[in-house]
Amino acid sequence: MTTLVVTKRMAEHPADSHTITRYQATGGYQQAKRALGMTRDELVEEVKASGLLGRGGAAFSAGLKWSFLAPERPSYLVVNADESEPGTFKDRQLLERDPHQLIEGLIITAIANEAHHAFIYVRGEYSKPARRVQKAVDEAYAAGFLGTGIFGSDFDLDVVVHLGAGAYICGEETALINSLEGLRGEPRLKPPYFPAAKGLYMKPTIVNNVETLSNLPHILALGSAGYTALSSSADTGTFMMSLSGHVRKPGNYEVPHGITWRELIFDIGGGMRRDRALKTWIPGGASAPWFVPEKHLDLEITKDATAEAGSMLGSGAVIVMDEDTCVVRAAERIVRFFAHESCGQCTPCREGTSWLEMILRRIDEGRGRAVDLDLMLDLGDGISIGLEWPPRMTTICPLGPSAVSPILALRDYFRSEVSRHLEAGGCPFPGGHIAGEEEEEEE
Amino acid sequence: MSVWSEPTRQRATEIIGRYPKRRSAVMPLLYLAMAEEGRLSEEGMREVAEWCGITPAQVQAVASFYTMYKTEPVGRYLVSCCTSISCMLLGADEVLGAIEDQAGVPDGETDKEGHLSVEHVECLGACGGAVAVQVNYELIEGVTPDRARALVDWLRNARPDVVNGDEMQELFGTRRSFEWAIHEEDGAVGPYPAFQPLGTVGR
Repeated sequence: MTTLVVTKRMAEHPADSHTITRYQATGGYQQAKRALGMTRDELVEEVKASGLLGRGGAAFSAGLKWSFLAPERPSYLVVNADESEPGTFKDRQLLERDPHQLIEGLIITAIANEAHHAFIYVRGEYSKPARRVQKAVDEAYAAGFLGTGIFGSDFDLDVVVHLGAGAYICGEETALINSLEGLRGEPRLKPPYFPAAKGLYMKPTIVNNVETLSNLPHILALGSAGYTALSSSADTGTFMMSLSGHVRKPGNYEVPHGITWRELIFDIGGGMRRDRALKTWIPGGASAPWFVPEKHLDLEITKDATAEAGSMLGSGAVIVMDEDTCVVRAAERIVRFFAHESCGQCTPCREGTSWLEMILRRIDEGRGRAVDLDLMLDLGDGISIGLEWPPRMTTICPLGPSAVSPILALRDYFRSEVSRHLEAGGCPFPGGHIAGEEEEEEE
Repeated sequence: MSVWSEPTRQRATEIIGRYPKRRSAVMPLLYLAMAEEGRLSEEGMREVAEWCGITPAQVQAVASFYTMYKTEPVGRYLVSCCTSISCMLLGADEVLGAIEDQAGVPDGETDKEGHLSVEHVECLGACGGAVAVQVNYELIEGVTPDRARALVDWLRNARPDVVNGDEMQELFGTRRSFEWAIHEEDGAVGPYPAFQPLGTVGR
């Protein structure tokens, strides 16, 4: 059985895992206290050695990111809780059910990066998670774990919970920084605006994801060696995966790296609803290129194995589709998301995503043309040159290239389904599944 | 001259004090302006501009970037149905259709009484509990077309002063993304997020 790390407390103490009382009764805040006695170098080295990869989607070494912090002060810490990648809902669970674990990770990170001002940027639609986090922050202030002289030391740390307002792009770290500065949430060009050097208010800034920070108390408690021992594969620690779509048991699962997709979908996820066949799945959020059972079911779920197969683990969101799914409509829905969420700065993304959406819609509605797949590939090539993964970018950020992923799936695995739409003059698949009705039938 | 009430002005001062630079308070102050007037008016944006030391045009540039700042009048209950990929796979288009029919309000519009607004939205982060619907940003998971119709009727007839997620989940939801486990008394009092600095109401 899997060793639970970040979801252990909520599994063992479901009724009160969010309270400071329960958090402290289960060893909470001991590591933050310990971190106060460690130097920046010691903390950075420990996190580097743990192999912890950022869990927001980019899977970059967290310790390495910290090591890039420029010497200028003040420095800032920003927690990215703007979880909005379609299919992803793991951070919501960590925010609602174990907010003190996040706050302890935040304190450790602030100490390591000499930051005295931290911001937790929670997406606007996460009203309840934001309330829970604010309550936890208030509890931590009252206990003297935040504020002036935390834990009786001479280290000050203030935390502000900041609410977004419905823009996916603010999950991109430089867009998030602009948003926090009171500007439109448009990504900044890197270079020169690497947050570790020129971040919030042009000062050195660390932006880390909720799950990333939630791992830190455990890394210090177990030591980097103990933490790496949790996994038998190259990627260390555990990984939160959000499973959704046509599986019997959707939900968040904290899994060790190195299980296979077959195990995730058929064992952990309970297999396919209504015993339909598995057609395809998205391995790492709506941005990721799709996988198919013929080629990918027995691959290990690791960063490298997924990258070698031409996709990414991203935010850990797995969206499963059965044989009755119309992939043209699924592609349209994903492309529509990116078209809606494009910030509009870069022409290839702003124009390209809207054109892709229009073409997919006309195919779905029976107005498609024989040239449409080639036309979409040509447009896709204009957004990300050569249609490779990871993409070669023509844009400031990866949002535009993400919209091309479903088109690659149509090209590589589902050409015949596009043709069937053209021949049938519309969608050849029956209507969508209606979850609750079916469940009520089963009961 | 401020158009805001004294408590709102006090809260604005508090919020600005939390940030190293006052311009950073634009987003929370825009919510404050919405809570004051029920929507974001030009007057409200001018007020925010003054508090933050920027021009009204700069405030409008921010307000127009984000979908949750509503410059058009919104109903007392904003019903948002997720139609992104995971919810779509489990019938979100049918749920949205049921909401529109029962409310008699098309996607993106508000009824004549100013009671209900209906909108489709992108992913709400509740994909394991598809189909996800929010009322004033309070979440309900596992919504079906029938349950969506019942929700609309309930909002019409019961007219709750505070919209509470736990209560609505109990009445109209089914499967959740994960066990919520903890019962909450808090909820939303208008079509903007209920979040502590913005006026969470306990019951």
